[in-house]
Amino acid sequence: MPDGCLSMNPPVYVVDGARSPFLKAQKGPGPFAASDLATQAGRALLLRQPFAPEDLDEVILGCAAPSPDETNIGRMVALRLGCGQKVPGWTVMRNCASGMQAIDSAIADIQRGKAELVLAGGVDALSRAPLLYSDVMVRWFAALMGKATVGSKFRHFLKLRPAALLTPVIGLMKGLTDPVVGLLMGQTAENLAWKFGIDRQQMDEFAVTSHLKAMSARAAGYFGEIVPVVDSQGKVYADDDGVRADASMTGMAKPKAFFDKQYGKITAANSSQITDGAAWLVLASAAAVEKWQLKPLGKIVDTEWAGLDPAQMGLGPVHAATPLLQRHGLGLDDVDYWELNEAFAAQVLGCLAAWQDATYCREQLGLPGAFGSIAEDRLNVDGGAVSIGHPVGASGARIVLHLLHVLRRNQARRGVATICIGGGLGGAMLVEAC
Amino acid sequence: MKHWQLNKEEGGIVVATLDKAGEAANSLSAEVMAEFAVVLDQLELNPPSGLIVRSGKAAGFVAGADIHEFTQLDTPEKGRELVARGWDLFNRLASVSYPTLALIRGHCLGGGLELALACRYLLAVDEPGTKMGLPEVMLGIFPGWGGMRRLPQRIGPTAALDLMLTGKTIDAKRAKKMGLADECVPPRVMDMAARQLLLSGRGRRPLPVVQRLLNGPLKFVVARGARQQVVKKARPEHYPAPYAIIDLWAKHDGNALAAPAVVDRIIHSPTARNLVRVFFLQERLKGFGKECDFKAQRVHVIGAGVMGGDIAAWCVLRGLTVTLQDQTLERILPALKRANDLFAKRLRDPLKIRDANDRLIPDVTGDGAVHADVVIEAIFESVEAKHALFKALEPKLKPGAVLATNTSSLKLEDLRTVLAKPERLVGIHFFNPVAMMPLVEVVAADGADPAAVQAACAFVRQIDKLPLPVKSAPGFLVNAVLAPYMLAAMHAVDSGINPETVDEAMLAFGMPMGPIELVDTVGLDIALAAGRQLADGAEPPHCLLRAVENGHLGKKSGRGFYDWSTGRAAKAAAGQVPAGLGERLVEPLIARTERLVADGIVADADLADAGVIFGTGFAPFTGGPLHYRQKRG
Repeated sequence: MPDGCLSMNPPVYVVDGARSPFLKAQKGPGPFAASDLATQAGRALLLRQPFAPEDLDEVILGCAAPSPDETNIGRMVALRLGCGQKVPGWTVMRNCASGMQAIDSAIADIQRGKAELVLAGGVDALSRAPLLYSDVMVRWFAALMGKATVGSKFRHFLKLRPAALLTPVIGLMKGLTDPVVGLLMGQTAENLAWKFGIDRQQMDEFAVTSHLKAMSARAAGYFGEIVPVVDSQGKVYADDDGVRADASMTGMAKPKAFFDKQYGKITAANSSQITDGAAWLVLASAAAVEKWQLKPLGKIVDTEWAGLDPAQMGLGPVHAATPLLQRHGLGLDDVDYWELNEAFAAQVLGCLAAWQDATYCREQLGLPGAFGSIAEDRLNVDGGAVSIGHPVGASGARIVLHLLHVLRRNQARRGVATICIGGGLGGAMLVEAC
Repeated sequence: MKHWQLNKEEGGIVVATLDKAGEAANSLSAEVMAEFAVVLDQLELNPPSGLIVRSGKAAGFVAGADIHEFTQLDTPEKGRELVARGWDLFNRLASVSYPTLALIRGHCLGGGLELALACRYLLAVDEPGTKMGLPEVMLGIFPGWGGMRRLPQRIGPTAALDLMLTGKTIDAKRAKKMGLADECVPPRVMDMAARQLLLSGRGRRPLPVVQRLLNGPLKFVVARGARQQVVKKARPEHYPAPYAIIDLWAKHDGNALAAPAVVDRIIHSPTARNLVRVFFLQERLKGFGKECDFKAQRVHVIGAGVMGGDIAAWCVLRGLTVTLQDQTLERILPALKRANDLFAKRLRDPLKIRDANDRLIPDVTGDGAVHADVVIEAIFESVEAKHALFKALEPKLKPGAVLATNTSSLKLEDLRTVLAKPERLVGIHFFNPVAMMPLVEVVAADGADPAAVQAACAFVRQIDKLPLPVKSAPGFLVNAVLAPYMLAAMHAVDSGINPETVDEAMLAFGMPMGPIELVDTVGLDIALAAGRQLADGAEPPHCLLRAVENGHLGKKSGRGFYDWSTGRAAKAAAGQVPAGLGERLVEPLIARTERLVADGIVADADLADAGVIFGTGFAPFTGGPLHYRQKRG
């Protein structure tokens, strides 16, 4: 699509954004439900706006795994934020890109004139993923319902198999398993490592660097988008708690491969962390910017979604960002800064390798040859999901928001935030700082 | 009929709706009850298949007896007649041949609950406004229209006496749990439920055996226990009604007419008269701000200390959204924690607690001021600090927003000098602990914008406190009258009387807390500073100076006049109280109250009495300091 067509789309501005600290899942459920995190981050963000929560046209929240009592969590959080009964709220789910999808859905509504001012973001509290009854147990319960007499109920209890009772299905593992090809997400990343010959050393180096970048960014005060959250006991959580100041190659070498046990290369340490967190952006039309005298951080120029082999879902960014850049006549070099979500160290390295691989670019992307490379100092400059954490639904929103801050800090203009999506998808957004 | 409407439905059910003419809420006046007797007459001639009694008011079922009638009981006969009127009518209702049901939505208090108790079934509608209770004791009287008999029969004597002796109210769910209500249903099914229950033929759930024994042969055990409880709270010479309730139940099965002497004594006691007076004083305070349609949605509180934090939490509890500002999040945390405890205690339902916590927003940058309808400053008492704050604050405020200070010791005239619109600053002065103290002083300095003062009063009503308009003067009303009283108490200590004896003298007078213990609670440093400001240049008491020099600052430092290391004042035996000590110690308080009325700080003597009672807990049975003075001559 030529540039001229694009300019017909009215611009959509990001006027502000905030996120909770990303809290690494420890043993057992974390201190906050997903809606708690979204509410606390959202109310701090709304408080500093010149408009009231009731002035929003809608609230869109991406969430991959809301808890059973958070049905339509987007609406629930809109109400908890005090937006009032009349502001619609809804929930989107595009797995790891749910937060990015929320932004894209907001853009769609703004561009077709349905909304002027939208709160969009993503959230997940993976530490609260449920344990489920196995099919055996579900059938046992269903049969129990059919037993009318005390005697028949008693006899039914004799059929109860303790082993089935004591082996729940781990909801989180289900969520992190591809439902079509049956691979764990980590196994799809092992596929990329195998395909592009990425070794354990490279992955571990990447992971250590991610931690070091995040630490130095924190020290420099580059995570201004974080707002502290407080639990009911008055305890404050102010920083991402998965970032390790002591990250080192020695430490990184210790854990064993997690997904392909014994023979694999991908460990818990060179993967993104299981984390709870929420991230929000305020999106506005030009009219809303003027009406409320807003000072935008930047604008979202264009979005692209792409599909690919679920067994190689980690290459989603390559498949989404490439056509996005081509549409605007841009190469990898023309982008000032990148946020490429770090689902796995091997997966980011796989994306970089794919763009440099002439065969892959020819066969999969229809390019004449290799697309190019991204300079190291332009990519995930403040760390990524390996160090900061990956609360699935929140990550897509976080990287868009953080990218805008990176661009502004460096007086740069153009950036791409892109993310791989379990199930074989990629999402990418082209943004410009204001 | 003026107040009742009868509607006969298909199937022969009659619905009697009480909609008292000319009033917003139902009360059982002589006329209303006489009409209800006519209703029963009519139904006797032509018995329905069942009778549903309900209210036609949005406010609730029945608020109680008509309290205005209490003020006209000038002879013993009239008092007994009043009791007989309800006793006989409700006995008649209880003995009709057809089933009866009270459909209770909203408040159902005193005589209203006695009416409901005389019905066979009691159906409570599960809504926040539904409250049931027998609060007669708070007016110094007893539930003489059958409540003392029927409530123990329904829920057992222990729970019944607890309700009757404390006057507390219970909600619909609790009423069902206690057995007071036969069912508790949401409003959407109340009409169906009422008709089904009425015709169900269902018997009353029998009381457990133990409760039946306690309401029969073992009554004396319960009565003894109840008396022991009451003695701790109220002295018989001050509050005779609770003792009468126990006796009437234990000896006469709740029939006050069987003990006419008790009826005369209670109804004509000064306590009952004075408590009725206090009730009307409270109604008067509730009237302030009524003519103003100001309604706040968002409140911004600056200063998350004990006062600011608790004011914020209280506003949230009353449904508002509050931003609480302080310099750092760490300073706000203790307030959030206390608020969470308050919400947990008062709201119980986890969804409501979560909602309340969501509406209490920590605000380190002070952005909340822009959206607030009411801004309350509760930072430390420094003119310079408050000036700096107001200067930064004023340009941010919404045009109609109330700008208030919770200062207790600084002059509004000095604070407002930095404002472009000085007339908009009002005082909204809360008392500690905020959740417990009903009074809030609304302070107007000279030239204050009357609309701002009105709006402040309306706001205080909105959060369910009692506004008392006062003029700006050191200590306003409450602290100004407390200061000379506490000083007199400490001077008595200087003269060699034990603190325990001083406190006992005032407890015997009827104060909720002794003045020395009060000084310990307030803090000796604060008392010293307040004394200097409010004592007309009198010398500070030696005992106070000495204690402060030794770092004994009261409860907060673990030691003041008393040792507080256990969290409570360790008091020795009070010993013999010198005759007239109480009267002598209260004299400066009364004198100061008189002077403040004379100076126009508070508009009239009644309001001064109201303020001192609700602001200090001054013995309510006396009717207030000035009323007490007038009666004593």
